[in-house]
Amino acid sequence: MSGFGYLVGLHSADALVEAVKAAKAAGFVRIDTFTPQAIEELEELLPSPNRVPLLTLLGGIVGGAAGYLMQWYSATQAYAINVGGRPLHSWPSFIPITFETTVLGAALAAVVAFLWGSGLPRLHHPLFDIDAFALASSRRFFICIRAQDPKADQAQAWLQTLGQPVYEVKQ
Amino acid sequence: MALPDQPAVSRGTPELAPGYSAGSITERIAHIVLHDPLGWRWTAVFGVASLGVLMFVVATAYLFAVGVGIWGVDMPVAWGFALTNFVWWIGIGHAGTFISAVLLLLRQKWRTSINRFAEAMTLFAASIAGLFPILHLGRPWFFYWLVPYPNKMTLWPQWRSPLIWDFFAISTYLTVSLLFWYVGLIPDLAALRDKTHNRRKQFWYGLFALGWRGETRQWVSFNRTYWLLAGLATPLVVSVHTIVAMDFAIGNTPGYHSTLFPPYFVAGALFSGFAMVITLAIPLRAAFKLQAFITPTHLANAAKVVLATGCIVGYGYITETFTAFYSGNEYERAMTLDRAVGTYAPLFWLMLFCNVAVPQLLWLRRVRHHIPALLTISILVNVGMWLERFIIVTQSLHRDFLPSSWGSYTPTRWDVMLYVGSIALFVFLFMLFIRFLPLISMAEMRELVQEEKQP
Repeated sequence: MSGFGYLVGLHSADALVEAVKAAKAAGFVRIDTFTPQAIEELEELLPSPNRVPLLTLLGGIVGGAAGYLMQWYSATQAYAINVGGRPLHSWPSFIPITFETTVLGAALAAVVAFLWGSGLPRLHHPLFDIDAFALASSRRFFICIRAQDPKADQAQAWLQTLGQPVYEVKQ
Repeated sequence: MALPDQPAVSRGTPELAPGYSAGSITERIAHIVLHDPLGWRWTAVFGVASLGVLMFVVATAYLFAVGVGIWGVDMPVAWGFALTNFVWWIGIGHAGTFISAVLLLLRQKWRTSINRFAEAMTLFAASIAGLFPILHLGRPWFFYWLVPYPNKMTLWPQWRSPLIWDFFAISTYLTVSLLFWYVGLIPDLAALRDKTHNRRKQFWYGLFALGWRGETRQWVSFNRTYWLLAGLATPLVVSVHTIVAMDFAIGNTPGYHSTLFPPYFVAGALFSGFAMVITLAIPLRAAFKLQAFITPTHLANAAKVVLATGCIVGYGYITETFTAFYSGNEYERAMTLDRAVGTYAPLFWLMLFCNVAVPQLLWLRRVRHHIPALLTISILVNVGMWLERFIIVTQSLHRDFLPSSWGSYTPTRWDVMLYVGSIALFVFLFMLFIRFLPLISMAEMRELVQEEKQP
């Protein structure tokens, strides 16, 4: 099968979790779900790699190091002024800004990692062509078996057993 | 295959009225944005606020043309209304971050329906706060000299000054608050995109929703990011008001020079901020009939935070006075006595009444659940906290070391115009927010329905 996959909308989160379990039991491997809110069980059933925490840590380290180095460079190298023999590298007073740039770097990295990891921004998506998919952001819990699934040819028939209309999503 | 395919319906708890499903709760909140239920009343408030903003613009333009001489500031009182307003507004902002970040980390369910508008409050209050130090600069058009960038003069900022720390703190705070707010908004923007039938709205909400589809990997990323941002915002909010306090504490003026300032300022910030949340929540729930979502429990819990932080602030006043006498420093002692009996004494006593006496009423359960009483107390706390900032900024400066250099400060009409104008600017931004964005997070309310569903 070509295209994006087959899609079914269910009425409750519990039904969706059951459906995903059943689909996995039936041997489908490329399962996607689209839900109005986060559902914890799905996170365990459909694990996906998530780099947000690691990138946030790296962002914080880079931000903090850059903030401190900037102050060190400007206070001791670029613009060294001796005021009453006080040390040029007065590290305690560099801490507040180092803290702020750490937080800034981490937060920016977190948001970039979030967008990257969730495939955003994306202005159009094949799913948006399905009218019923508009309910995915408020009350409908969708399960989709992707066209790349090795058993994709059985997907339509299997999804029909869920008792709701099955939509074919074109690429 | 038999599936339990019935939508979850809320069973009714102190945080959420019974009978709401994911669909109906989305419908109810999106309706406010998509159908403008207030009509002319919104336009009337917005119109009045716009006039106030115009006044703010006029006062700013005149300030740019003539200089800070139009204000009442002079030596020795070089910090007048501008710095008072700065500290007051930034403090108000902190409650939004506290609600959205700290209460999230503590898994407090009652934050869910108030975090969105509290975050908007943070964003607007912090932006307005950020304007005042810039207006105060004397040559505000050179404010970018605070930014460290390679320049022709080969100059760098003074890293040992709290004023430059402040610049980094406020700009980081604004950026992180904006990111936190926007990330939280993305699923709601997608819901609005899907709900509306208006082409123009579909386009704009769709654009800002960035193509959100609610995929499981998107929700996983979203939650990780949201919690991490909350974890980052929590120490950030403490650092911001700490640094604001250091603007004062690092100077050697009696009344400024105290290690008490950072914790005392942070408590004061939460105190005024939660009072502002109550001040905003009560009219909002009445105007949009949101009593099912913003329940008396929400207001009573916020009132408890006001009471707790109010007690810390009161303790701060006692410690400050005690330290002044215990230190044996005659300047500190004279400043403290002047606070109680000098030129600004009526304001000092009014401040104690608003910040220490009035909040004690909140010990009574009946007062915490009495809506008009809560609104009155929260407004008095806001007045009291503004007075506190004014007294710290102004009264401390007007009597410092040498009697020959004493002076006094009287605000001019331009001071007052900028202050009132800044409140109008806040109302203006807030009205735009409630008109175009959902003032309660729909995604989080749906999660709440799922958690509190009928068995």
